[in-house]
Amino acid sequence: MNAVGAYVAIVSARYRTLLQYRAAAFAGFMTQVFWGAIKIMVFFAFYAVSREAQPMSLAQVVSYVWLGQALLGMLPWNMDKEIEQLIREGAVSYELVRPLDLYAFWFARTIALRTATTTLRSIPMVLLAGVVLPLAGQAQWALLPPESLTAFCVFLVSLFWALMLACAFTMLMHVFLVWTISGEGLNRVMPSFTIVFSGMIVPLPLFPDWLQPFLNLQPFRGLVDVPFRIYTGSIPVADAWPDIVHQVIWTVIFVAYGRWLLQRSLTRLVVQGG
Amino acid sequence: MSQIVVESLEKRFQVAERSPGFVGALSGVFRRRYRTVDALAGVDFRIDAGELVGYIGPNGAGKSTTIKILSGILTPSAGRCEIEGLVPWQDRKAHVRNIGVVFGQRTQLWWDLPVIESFELLRDIYRIPPSQYRTSSRELIDIMDLAPLLDTPVRQLSLGQRMRCDLVASLLHQPSILFLDEPTIGLDAISKLAVREFVKTLNRERRVTVILTTHDMDDIEALCDRIVVIGGGRILSDGTLASLRAKLRSERRIKLELLEPVAFDSPDVRVISAEGATLHLAFDPSVITTASLIKNIAESWPVKDIFIENPPIEELIAQLYAANRVNA
Repeated sequence: MNAVGAYVAIVSARYRTLLQYRAAAFAGFMTQVFWGAIKIMVFFAFYAVSREAQPMSLAQVVSYVWLGQALLGMLPWNMDKEIEQLIREGAVSYELVRPLDLYAFWFARTIALRTATTTLRSIPMVLLAGVVLPLAGQAQWALLPPESLTAFCVFLVSLFWALMLACAFTMLMHVFLVWTISGEGLNRVMPSFTIVFSGMIVPLPLFPDWLQPFLNLQPFRGLVDVPFRIYTGSIPVADAWPDIVHQVIWTVIFVAYGRWLLQRSLTRLVVQGG
Repeated sequence: MSQIVVESLEKRFQVAERSPGFVGALSGVFRRRYRTVDALAGVDFRIDAGELVGYIGPNGAGKSTTIKILSGILTPSAGRCEIEGLVPWQDRKAHVRNIGVVFGQRTQLWWDLPVIESFELLRDIYRIPPSQYRTSSRELIDIMDLAPLLDTPVRQLSLGQRMRCDLVASLLHQPSILFLDEPTIGLDAISKLAVREFVKTLNRERRVTVILTTHDMDDIEALCDRIVVIGGGRILSDGTLASLRAKLRSERRIKLELLEPVAFDSPDVRVISAEGATLHLAFDPSVITTASLIKNIAESWPVKDIFIENPPIEELIAQLYAANRVNA
């Protein structure tokens, strides 16, 4: 299993590169704090006027919002700038002269992309929402501790698969890029889908009932809705396993499709110039 | 058995064509027309271990395509290629362990990381054992004098420094074959000399097989025992520089410096240019031997100095293309 070492090295190198942008991480953190506050105010208003019983309690929704703000960077909302550049400038050649599987090679880079800035932003966010706010007497605004220790452990499992799903989907965007060269179109369209259908804007249970069967099937709920609702207890631990299997299945589908498509595009590869 | 065997290698690209103008762009949305480009139209050669081969040709001749097939990046349309018993595009992962590649126009180093971290990343990617990495990296860093650069992020290096680092990066895993695709492009004279010196040492002392593409004919003259000329996707010539010269118009050059400007005229030579007392002459050694020509000139004219020159290699190549009707 020595091969794993190579991929670990790639992840850590990308980490070091991405961690150079600390100012960007701080700016991102501030933006997300404000967005989180605005969203929570909207939910306060919504719960105040709503007469029906809602599928999630207000406290659960507040925690859900803060988790979302902390882990926003994990969503597949952008592509790896380096890979984009490699593809556009034809430097893919250098990727192919390494004794590595190209899909796994890029997947490792993608893991770094999805986690490096996220860890940098999520720690202060959790501290602010989970520790500072309750201490300041703003308990109704705070990120609550997980439902139980078991719920937290199951949440971590689900979060891991959310990351894998996010990377597999980002990889699909990278592979499409190999076909289309310019990433602008995809880069603009995809985030709208992922942000809405993952449950990042509004938790999925709050969507109309007639949409629920579709929302339950589609892949993006595995990114946000599943892990966060396990954390808040909106999905009880005992009922969580089908949802995690749902995450795994969609990850496997995205990886298989991405690998197949990349393999196909490599045999028809045209490397321009030089 | 040769280290590299290439037999009737072909590569065709499909290129989407678009008619010019708005209407053309619109019709392209509905109906694509494709044009087939024969980048390689049947290429054969064999290279033995330890050779240093110059692979030259004009832009678009198929040089880079060949290199990319040999290094396992592209799949050819037809033909056979075996390198140390492996088919590059089928056994890519095993094959690339035996080769080092440098594309002069791009870097293989990580742009934002210090040079040494790129080297260590390559060590991990190739799974080079620590002891082997220590000796080989130290040796390469010494030869190329990189020690002062190791902690600099790659984006801050000059082109010459970057190329020296790229060369070292391509050799850390001790490949037996090195592909250099225009390694001296854009470099200043000193960096070019450093690169040439390094490649020569590598080939002589470590017996690394080197295949070099270049537009710089000084590279070829300084380095290559064997020159393969490609044009229009075919091999036009394969042999030593001397045999290439002999094959083409066997004209020699003389640079003649006289003591004073005179109206020079001689039946055996052609005057190419005359500037004051300095004359450039051409003659055919099959008509008159060099020795008797020099004797004739020295007896009849007030000679200060004589230099015998071979015609520049660019002219040989241009002749070769003209003879084969290749558009350079």
